[in-house]
Amino acid sequence: MSDPQTHIKGATAIDLVFDRSKVNALIDRVLALAESHAFGSSALFAMRLAIEEAITNAFEHGHAGLDPATPIHVEYAVTQDAVEIAIEDQGTGFTPSSLPDPTLLENLSKPSGRGVMLMRAYMSDVHFNEQGNRVKLRYARNAHAN
Amino acid sequence: MTDSRLRISDNGGVTLVEFVDRNILDEANIQAINEEITAVIEQASVPKILISFSNVDHLSSAALGALITINNKIREKSGALHLANIDPQIYEVFVITRLNKLFNIHETTGEAQTAFAS
Repeated sequence: MSDPQTHIKGATAIDLVFDRSKVNALIDRVLALAESHAFGSSALFAMRLAIEEAITNAFEHGHAGLDPATPIHVEYAVTQDAVEIAIEDQGTGFTPSSLPDPTLLENLSKPSGRGVMLMRAYMSDVHFNEQGNRVKLRYARNAHAN
Repeated sequence: MTDSRLRISDNGGVTLVEFVDRNILDEANIQAINEEITAVIEQASVPKILISFSNVDHLSSAALGALITINNKIREKSGALHLANIDPQIYEVFVITRLNKLFNIHETTGEAQTAFAS
């Protein structure tokens, strides 16, 4: 939790099990907060996509081989300046730099491997902790058009 | 199928597939969609499938993965897949991932229907 790159000051924290309705409720809660802080539709689209990808990765890859009831830990904070959300799984982690580039011609027909690149494309900042089991997404208002 | 997430119809030999849901994010739904379209592909000798996104607001990389799997299966049978009615925000996802280079994407289902004939 002390990793400065992925820490969120003043965050609300929740443990989340793999239950679609609970995942949807969490994302809707974060987006409703963002909307109440006047983040626009493009921002909300970007946030939903990136958060969805991060949560899917945590359960699907991070928790591969673990008890399906193992929860992930989520922290989020919404301010006038930015929306921040951190997602931490209980897996062994991975090395983001080792991921192949899904946009290369030889990888275009592969059905997986686009989640992290979409997070990076749609958020202002994406940081992983050293272990690679925690990611912090940040959408800064002044880094985007709205 | 009473719980189908798709509307499937035949239009002059082209199978038109439309989504019931506005968000194509849920892994279970995506798997069900994949299986339903795969069944259509398996039934056709040369599958011609047009997928309309007219109702769709959000999709995930898992949904893109399902589309790629479907495209690969259609190509294995020398068929054709065309996509249409994609919201500009979602089209940007195709551009960012460069999947606009992999798929045949049209503004309208009418344009896509014409492309099948050419």
